[in-house]
Amino acid sequence: MWERLRHMLRKEFIQILRDPRMRAVIIVVPIVQVLIFGYAVTTDVRNIHTAVYDLDNTPQSRDLIDRFVGSGYFQVVAWIHSEAQVRDALDRGTAKAVLRLNRGFGDAIAAGRRAPLQILLDGTDSNTASLVLKYAAQITADYDERVLTKEVLLRTGQPPPPPPVVLSERAWFNPNLESRDYFVPGVIALLVMVVSILLSSMAIVREKEIGTIEQIMVTPMGRLEFILGKTIPFALIGFLDVLLISLVAVFWFHVPIHGNPLLLFSCTGLFLMSTLGVGLFISTVSRTQQQAMMTAFFFMQPAILLSGFIYPIANMPVVVQWFTYLNPLRYFLVIIRGVFLKGVGIPVLWPQMAALALLGTALLLLASSRFRKTLA
Amino acid sequence: MKLRRTLAVARKETLHVLRDPRALGISIALPLLLLLLFGYALTLDVDHVPLLVWDQSNTPQSRELVSRFAGSRYFDVEPGVSGYGAIDRALLRRTTTTLALVIPADYARWLDSGRSAAVQLIADGSDANTASIAMGYAETVVQGFSQQLRLTFAQRAMGRTVEPPLEVRARVWFNTEMESKNFIVPGLIAVIMMLIAALLTSLTVSREWETGTMEQLIATPVKGSELVIGKLAPYFAVGMLDMVLSVSAGRFLFGVPLRGSVFLVFVMAAIYLLGALSLGMLISILAKNQLLANQVAVTATFLPAYLLSGFMFDISNMPKALQLVTYLVPARYCIFLLRSLYLKGVGPSMLWSEGVFLLAFAALMLGLCLILFQKKLA
Repeated sequence: MWERLRHMLRKEFIQILRDPRMRAVIIVVPIVQVLIFGYAVTTDVRNIHTAVYDLDNTPQSRDLIDRFVGSGYFQVVAWIHSEAQVRDALDRGTAKAVLRLNRGFGDAIAAGRRAPLQILLDGTDSNTASLVLKYAAQITADYDERVLTKEVLLRTGQPPPPPPVVLSERAWFNPNLESRDYFVPGVIALLVMVVSILLSSMAIVREKEIGTIEQIMVTPMGRLEFILGKTIPFALIGFLDVLLISLVAVFWFHVPIHGNPLLLFSCTGLFLMSTLGVGLFISTVSRTQQQAMMTAFFFMQPAILLSGFIYPIANMPVVVQWFTYLNPLRYFLVIIRGVFLKGVGIPVLWPQMAALALLGTALLLLASSRFRKTLA
Repeated sequence: MKLRRTLAVARKETLHVLRDPRALGISIALPLLLLLLFGYALTLDVDHVPLLVWDQSNTPQSRELVSRFAGSRYFDVEPGVSGYGAIDRALLRRTTTTLALVIPADYARWLDSGRSAAVQLIADGSDANTASIAMGYAETVVQGFSQQLRLTFAQRAMGRTVEPPLEVRARVWFNTEMESKNFIVPGLIAVIMMLIAALLTSLTVSREWETGTMEQLIATPVKGSELVIGKLAPYFAVGMLDMVLSVSAGRFLFGVPLRGSVFLVFVMAAIYLLGALSLGMLISILAKNQLLANQVAVTATFLPAYLLSGFMFDISNMPKALQLVTYLVPARYCIFLLRSLYLKGVGPSMLWSEGVFLLAFAALMLGLCLILFQKKLA
């Protein structure tokens, strides 16, 4: 058996790696993906493009505008001088927010009266818009506090007491709140899944599509050897991807890895049981590579979106949350992030590992039992 | 190029699509599934964050602060935690973002003596986005509480009612209720079109090479250009069907307003789809191997459309070099066009430069397909 398996594996590796472009794809695609995720995926909102319509133009109005700019959240892209320009800037999308200060703003502040500040927002992107409102509220509250302090000092001759309650904040496990540290390790799970499901199912179906499966069936090769021969190469590529992305994460993006990398590798093995099970299953229900690919995508798209990779599971409707318990990616992401950011081990992660082992065994059994029928 | 031969190729390819009901079914079901998921299940909005409270003071003053948190819809207060060890264990075990509020024993005494009382907030920062949004809410709660105490003080000191000096009037345009689905759905349509285009066309030519049927095609009098156009035609039809379904779902299922011209939406989508399909086919022509074509197609079409288009992640927050790359992503223009048409209802005068880019992209991709395919046939 080992002899035959060895030959089968040799054939598979030659087949996958024969094309130099395929060799490049196996290395380049993961790196491109991790770089895109590392640089593009941030939901922090800074540098909000802002237009300023300052009708007042006094030291007070300029002071308030400076506070918006100084916060780092707002970036002034245009100084505008008419109502039509406000409309135009928001219509074209050159500015996401317009600060409008009416004539008399400075006088009102100086006289201790209330002065209106108008903020016009492009609500198209509702997430950004609500963050803009939050930042603006913080800046104006801060401004209020300063003006009031001055006023109290002026009237009573005494400085007011310090703010009654102050909040000291600390984020554990990711002290600088880098979204990159959260997303980049997650890419490992994503790529392992794509490689093992898509490539393995397509590679098996390819033999059916171009007819070489009949040649394999007349050889003394058994079913198990065929399955192993078709899955082991992609499992190895999966492990290679884990290594590759971990290296990029740690040495390029400086994502800390607090836990044991060996635990990460063994859990990759558990995860691969599930994904290769799915890949095998897809290959048994597909005749052409196009079918295999479409079916794989139909599984992977919801699996990725409902895993907590980007969208937190806790935010989903409860019924959808139940479905996520069937999603192997969900458990693997908890393990990866636990190992990278929290440095936890088996005592904390055993429920996830058990779930992966259970799902993996079930999926592999299901797929190989179907495989018997289709090969026969 | 003869119409009759082009139609014959189109007919062959249509039969191919129709004989594979699963591929056709998925190319219709996948867009609907994605729309449903994004419309109902996926959100980056943060609420009901678990907040562990370790109240060492346990006085009316500290309980008032806690009740401020309990009254906010963003937090689910879980009292009765004591000790940093307990907080640490809870944060390590939990997989959802959790915050902890630590109120010191001296809290009430400090507050009454007019000194600043420091309250500690600890967050599981792993999911940096959720954590920082939740921490922002906590800041707002504490800030509001603190400001109220200060206003009371200022009123006592000045002997009259005091109001905050700034009167902020915010007005939200285009999406007045700030519904995230109004923002997501038009963008998602562009992402879906790119995904479907890549899935449909990336294998169409490489399949013929791999299964050996390309040689039969070469032996026929069919020309390269006829083959390219004929093969694109049925997939264009499927893509436009998806477009009709997505726009209808947006309108009737999610109630997303379409303020601009429906005609313009479909014209833009058609140009974009043609470019996307041609890009998929170009990859297929160059790869000649289905596995390879698929990998390249996903990396070159779907990922940029999803991540580098401004669909979910704001382009102005990306590093400058990456921002330049996004100018090459057609989905960026399509998403801008669709959102402008949907929510702002602007006319062609505001949109022509993006439209011209999409047109140029489609022409370039189709042109490359025609040129490169002829060479391969020779």
